Amino acid sequence: MDAFTTHTGTAAPLRRSNVDTDQIIPAEYLKRITRTGFADGLFKAWRTNEPDFVLNQPQYADASVLVAGPDFGTGSSREHAVWALKDGGFRVVISSRFADIFRNNSTKDGLLTVVLPQADVEALWARIEADPATPVTVDLQAKLVSYADVTVPFDVDDYTRWRLLEGLDDVGLTERNLDDIAAFEATRPAWLPTALPAI
Amino acid sequence: MRGRTVPKTLAEKVYEAHVVRSTAGEPDLLYIDLHLVHEVTSPQAFDGLRSAGRTVRRPDLTMATEDHNVPTLDILSPIADPVSRAQIEALRSNAAEFGIRLAPMGDRDQGIVHVIGPQLGLTQPGMTIVCGDSHTSTHGAFGALAFGIGTSEVEHVLATQTLPQYAPKQMAVTVEGELPAGVSSKDVILAVIAEIGTNGAQGHVIEYRGSAIEALSMEARMTICNMSIEAGAKAGLIAPDRTTFDFLQGRPHAPQGADWDAAVEHWQTLRTDEGAVFDREVVLDASTLTPFVTWGTNPGQGLPIDGIVPDPADFADEGERRAAEQALAYMGLEPGTPLREIEVDTVFLGSCTNGRIEDLRIAAELLRGKRIDADTRMLVVPGSVGVKAQAEAEGLDRVFLDAGAEWRGAGCSMCLGMNPDQLKPGERSASTSNRNFQGRQGKGGRTHLVSPSVAAATALTGKLTAPADLTPAAPAVV
Ligand code: SF4
Repeated sequence: MDAFTTHTGTAAPLRRSNVDTDQIIPAEYLKRITRTGFADGLFKAWRTNEPDFVLNQPQYADASVLVAGPDFGTGSSREHAVWALKDGGFRVVISSRFADIFRNNSTKDGLLTVVLPQADVEALWARIEADPATPVTVDLQAKLVSYADVTVPFDVDDYTRWRLLEGLDDVGLTERNLDDIAAFEATRPAWLPTALPAI
Repeated sequence: MRGRTVPKTLAEKVYEAHVVRSTAGEPDLLYIDLHLVHEVTSPQAFDGLRSAGRTVRRPDLTMATEDHNVPTLDILSPIADPVSRAQIEALRSNAAEFGIRLAPMGDRDQGIVHVIGPQLGLTQPGMTIVCGDSHTSTHGAFGALAFGIGTSEVEHVLATQTLPQYAPKQMAVTVEGELPAGVSSKDVILAVIAEIGTNGAQGHVIEYRGSAIEALSMEARMTICNMSIEAGAKAGLIAPDRTTFDFLQGRPHAPQGADWDAAVEHWQTLRTDEGAVFDREVVLDASTLTPFVTWGTNPGQGLPIDGIVPDPADFADEGERRAAEQALAYMGLEPGTPLREIEVDTVFLGSCTNGRIEDLRIAAELLRGKRIDADTRMLVVPGSVGVKAQAEAEGLDRVFLDAGAEWRGAGCSMCLGMNPDQLKPGERSASTSNRNFQGRQGKGGRTHLVSPSVAAATALTGKLTAPADLTPAAPAVV
């Protein structure tokens, strides 16, 4: 996984709530069997049908921080939504609330999801709409979002932060505990089902 | 002297029984009893295993099926869409390479992943179950802790049979009383989501309880748990009882003989203790519920069918107002329109929410001996090959065909339109699936979520219709 320490870039205001993963990447793109190459599907319907959709506006074309309304990433568990955002150039999504599976997926791929109070999101929206060139810095080490003369702290659990800072892959970490897993397996009741052999 | 044990919820009991390792400052490592796999969210996970030189730790606790992409017509020919075909072929070669059981198209066990687990008896009380699919919450109907995961987690479970997890918060949704005739568990869950919102249960496991829940069949319980994710929940579950045990007994992978007795003895302990504390509680009176339909583009934007399309100006919250405006523009609806006057082009009966045998029986009962509206098409897609065979044995296929509906092969179909079953731009559906997101059933398609009986009644009239609206009075349905 890509490590995340600090990132500075411009930001795009996505003033919508309940942005579900079907909007982030529609189902037709999920047929691909790779982990990359999803940029063309990112927000496809809105980009196609709404000429003034925020990501169609040239001043936000290079944004790498997405600032969205509440409940971002609801719906399907598709990790493709995270891959598409990364392929589309985003390193950070800021919202007042994320759906759990999306947030969890983002931590596996080095996309940072930052929860800020809605009032701070509104203030950031106002600033980047007034001046789209405003650089926004998201510092995971210090747990701070800063832009212009504003600095807002954010919360992230220490373990996830450590993994992201180090770019560590979960499977490798869990494999350190294979003995515990084997010991647990020895205690499982014999009547629990197995899919094999087929009956 | 022994200390007093702290009362626990059912979800806490199942969670704690699966903790392999717990260390301060780290997530718990949770053991997974059953991992269900399908073609869409798994190819990148298998690639990850291959490139790291890893194997699948427990192929025997893993089961794969083909569901999201599969055509529902002509299923024995190769899939016409080359990209869909490649994805199915990737699953087949991955299953063969890693020694995983697969139910491919045409197999007697093939079907939607959340339909076949219970059908085979692989889904049992007290288990932990995951799948790279958000509707894994369905399996909670058996008192299992079942939740959806992303592809990186699929890879993690394949490699280690565990997942790093934090204990979820606990929520109770209590539904007391008796559901009126023609009101189903789909209406219950749509009402719950409309009440608490699409984020109302975020971070929580919901336990559904109360006399109305206890009275439900397993199929109806699965419908409720299925849509827990639509309220933002991590999972939804229902304490197992006689209904659960009766459903499981005799299924291919259910325990037998002395094992059955040992299992039932354990399953009977799977109840929330008296005095256990929930972080949040919601109470509903079943007798006040009516058929429920959605008008917007998320499952929380729903109302009783007696209602009218709301006016965005009436929403106090600015975010909700903007969301309602965007939804109505997309849905092509005017505020004030009675929901019963909304005309639909397509009725879809199927999905992991409502594609089980009981759902088909309820709809068929309303359609028996009648013809659907001449301008409306109705697609009936059984949730699995097993459901299809059962329905055909009961003659339900004839009822649907005689009514003018289409009888299809098993799969996800128009629930998400990854196969050719899609709405055209601007087309409107009444759908028994779980998501009315923009474009979910096809680009520009407009979806109203409904129960199976509302779906059947709507097919007969061509407009959103409650079963009780039909004349002569419809037979009572549950
Ligand atoms: S039926 Fe729909 S919701 Fe269920 S697994 Fe298939 S696509 Fe997902």
